[in-house]
This record gives sequence, structure tokens and C-alpha cells, in this order.
Amino acid sequence: MLRKPWAKVPVWLLSLTPVCWVAWRAWNNDLTANPIEYVTHFTGDWTIRFVVFTLAITPLRKLLKLPDLIKFRRLLGLFAFFYGTLHFLTWFGVDKFFDLHEILADFAKRRFITMGLLGFLSMIPLAVTSTTGWIRRMGGKRWQKLHKLIYLTGVAAVIHYYWLVKSDIRLPLLYGSLVGLLLAYRVVSSAIGRKGAPAPKRAAQTA
Amino acid sequence: MLIKKPADIRYSEVTPKDVYLNRRNFLAGMPAALLGARELLSPSARALAGTQLANVVKSKLSIDEKPNSYKDVSTYNNYYEFGTSKEQPAQTSQKFKTSPWTVSVEGHVAKPRKFSLDEIMALAPLEERVCRHRCVEAWSIVVPWIGYSLSELLKKVEPTSKATYVAFETYWDLKQMPLATPERAGIPLPYVEGLRLDEAMHPLAMLSVGMFGEALPPQDGAPVRLTVPWKYGFKSIKSIVKIKLVGSMPPTTWNITNAHEYGFYSNVNPQVDHPRWSQASERRLGEFRRRPTLMFNGYGDQVASLYAGMDLKKNY
Repeated sequence: MLRKPWAKVPVWLLSLTPVCWVAWRAWNNDLTANPIEYVTHFTGDWTIRFVVFTLAITPLRKLLKLPDLIKFRRLLGLFAFFYGTLHFLTWFGVDKFFDLHEILADFAKRRFITMGLLGFLSMIPLAVTSTTGWIRRMGGKRWQKLHKLIYLTGVAAVIHYYWLVKSDIRLPLLYGSLVGLLLAYRVVSSAIGRKGAPAPKRAAQTA
Repeated sequence: MLIKKPADIRYSEVTPKDVYLNRRNFLAGMPAALLGARELLSPSARALAGTQLANVVKSKLSIDEKPNSYKDVSTYNNYYEFGTSKEQPAQTSQKFKTSPWTVSVEGHVAKPRKFSLDEIMALAPLEERVCRHRCVEAWSIVVPWIGYSLSELLKKVEPTSKATYVAFETYWDLKQMPLATPERAGIPLPYVEGLRLDEAMHPLAMLSVGMFGEALPPQDGAPVRLTVPWKYGFKSIKSIVKIKLVGSMPPTTWNITNAHEYGFYSNVNPQVDHPRWSQASERRLGEFRRRPTLMFNGYGDQVASLYAGMDLKKNY
């Protein structure tokens, strides 16, 4: 089923559900007593979730033996960028009303904002180079190296969230452990991969 | 000829927009709601909350600003014992029993005693006072509180010369507040707050039992709470069960949680930022653009003298 050409359609529609939900609530004037805060938190939550979904593709492909899952990775990654952009624009445009002066002050003074911006900026090169054309132009190896930036996105997003909350750290901890687990998988699997391959340096040292 | 007078409609009876927009879902939920209605027969917050308060006079201490809607004030709450999101307390606190209720006033006082809620309600004339409420999270509301100056109650128990501070404590009971574990709330419980005695005796420090003409709903601190409008909202402790006059600065919940970010005084001060965000401006619920935050939340004329000579950057 994953191979069918239409397999992406339901994933696309599901990924659009959150933005439709928030638009529906806006239409009904039902965005809580503090709509700007609600939309900021809502889009922020979905950014982190999509980063987690994107990071989960590679481990799931291997663990579930479903290599075709790869076709969803770009889609999910771009939705992470989409929700991240909405999150950023809500803060920058609606909350701060494009007040660059205040934003630069915030950027320097508030570490959770520094971390959030870092996370957002790190997604931009990934979104730009997400096309097949760019993969060809850069070459697979270099492209893959660049796209490891998403590890930074995930870590920055979690720290951003953790530094923001006042006292209830359960959700930041949940996302933190998910991102941690997905990154740990990569460390372990590359260590195992290296173990399987000849390791000349180490061998030379121990000899 | 029979001329029918239109019934006064209470704020809490106005159907919220989300309910009438979803009236079909509402109807589908009716069987469950009818079961829940048995709850009404037992003395619970429902019986008290929303009852109209009689003989309320307008306070001279009111500000001349338009109050927020009842819906804003009763659906956007910080009350961690009932959940840490803003919407949760309104949903999870509705069975909170506030009757019977006693407030114990003790410590360095000549006449320590327990007050029943009826006694509190009758202790001084109830007045309606429109106040600004500024949360440390940089949002604000305007609320028509009902109550009287805290000093009215303190005078009744006659603080002795040893009393220099007042410590307050919120009701805490995991049976009624299943979400109120310190792990879930992220703060130590029961919630405690404090004021210097001269702050507590200031006429603006208010003991509130109602808002919008009615008894307080649970999520807003039923049945009796503090309203200290020149300080950040978390100083205005909810659902008070104990007031103790003490001889030294009492511990306060947010200060214990994070002393670096929340001081004992916590006066609204646009010049002293929260370490993680600016306090220079705030969003009044219902307004699109931020508005500048005022020193002492606009009550500087009345309260600045309490802090004469104090370094407010140090004593944040």
C-alpha cells in the first residue's frame, strides 16, 4: 500500500488537520480568552511533533522493515517547517507586531527565544534544499550531511520549550525523551555499523 | 393587564457562544448532564457559585476601565491544583465543595478564631471594586470583584505588636483536587502566600468573595480569595483556609519554586523584567496590541509610599 502513488494523500491531509482545526476555531471565535497565546502554543506544539515524526522515519523504516516510509520524510519535514513558520510569524508578526527593535532585544536577552530562533533558522536550509534538484546539485553525501541539521532543530526545539514553561515540565520532558531516543538510535546504529565494518585505526592502536 | 418584568439574567447563565454553536453536541451530552445534575442537590460549589450577592455597594476604590467579559475571567485561569493549562481549572473544578468552609485566623493575634463563610460574608459591607489584574505572564484583565478590604478581617482578630507579616494558605485535598500533586503542578503544595502587615492593612488589599455580582466560581478561587491589584496575580491567593500573623517573612510558593524569578514582593514593575521575558508591556485579554505596563499596575499613587527608600530591583 505504501508504494501506491496516492499513499501520500492521506498523510498530507492528516498533516493539514491541525491548521484546519485552528482555522475552524478562529472562524468560530473560539480561540480561548487569549487567542494569540493559544495560536502560538498550538503551532509550537505541532512544530515539535512534526520534527519528532520526521526524525522517527529512519528508525521506523529499519525497525519495521518498511523502507518505503522514506517517501513521507520530506513531506513531514516540510510540515515541520510549515508549522514552525506559522509559530514564528505568530510571535513576530502578531504578538510583537514586527517590532524588530524589541525582537532583537529579546533575541539577545531571552535564552528561550534565542533557542527558538536557532531551531527555526536551522530548518530554513533544510526546507530550501528539500527538492530533488538540490539533492542532485549537492550530491547525496553532502546533502545528507547538511540534513543532519535536523538533529539540532530537535534539540533546540526541546530546550526552547523546556526553558519557556513555568513549572509543569511534563510535556517538554516527553518531547525531550522522544528526541533523545531517536538521536540515541542513530548513535547506537552507527556504532554497530562501524563495528561491523573493518576499523583499521583502532586495530592499529591495539596491535 | 399583566405586564411581565424581564428576569434579570445572571452573567453565569448567558450561554457561552461555543455552547450554542455546538448545540447538537450539547443535546447529545444531555443524558450525562442529567446524571451530573444530582450533584446540584448536595452542597457544592454549584449551589454557591453563581448565586447573586445582595446589598453590594459600589467602591470608591474602583478604576474607571471597562471590565473583561465573565467568560474571559472564568475560562482563562491559573489554578494549578485544578490543572496547569489555562482552560483546565474551569473544567475540572466544578464539583469543588466550598460549603462548609472555614478560615482559621491565628498566630500573633489577641483573638484567634475560625470564621465560617457566612461570618466572612457578613463581616463588613460587601462592595464591588473594579480592579486591574496583571499576571506575571504578561497578560491582564479588569475584574469587578466583590468583597471588602482585608483590614476589616484583620482588625477583628487584633494583631499583636509581634505581628509583622501575614501568611496565607490555600485549601489542598487530593480527593477534591486529583491533579494537585506537586509532581503534576510542578510547585510545592499547599499553595502559600504572604504580605507584609502594612501591605495587608492597605485598603486596596481585598478579601474577595464574588465577581460580576455573583459568588466566585471555583476556578476563580471560591469561596474566598485575596485580591492585591498592585502585585502580580499569583500573590492573590485563592480558596483561603488559613491566615496566620507571623513575626518574619513567610515562605511563598513561587518563591520556593524559583527564587531567582519570583520574589516575595512581586509588585508589578515594568522596569524589572522577569529573567525570561519583558514586563514592560502586557496583553489585556480581548485586545490585539500590547499595552504598556504601569508601575504598581497603575496603583502607584496609593501604594508607592509603602516601599519608600526600598530598592525595588533588589526586592522584586
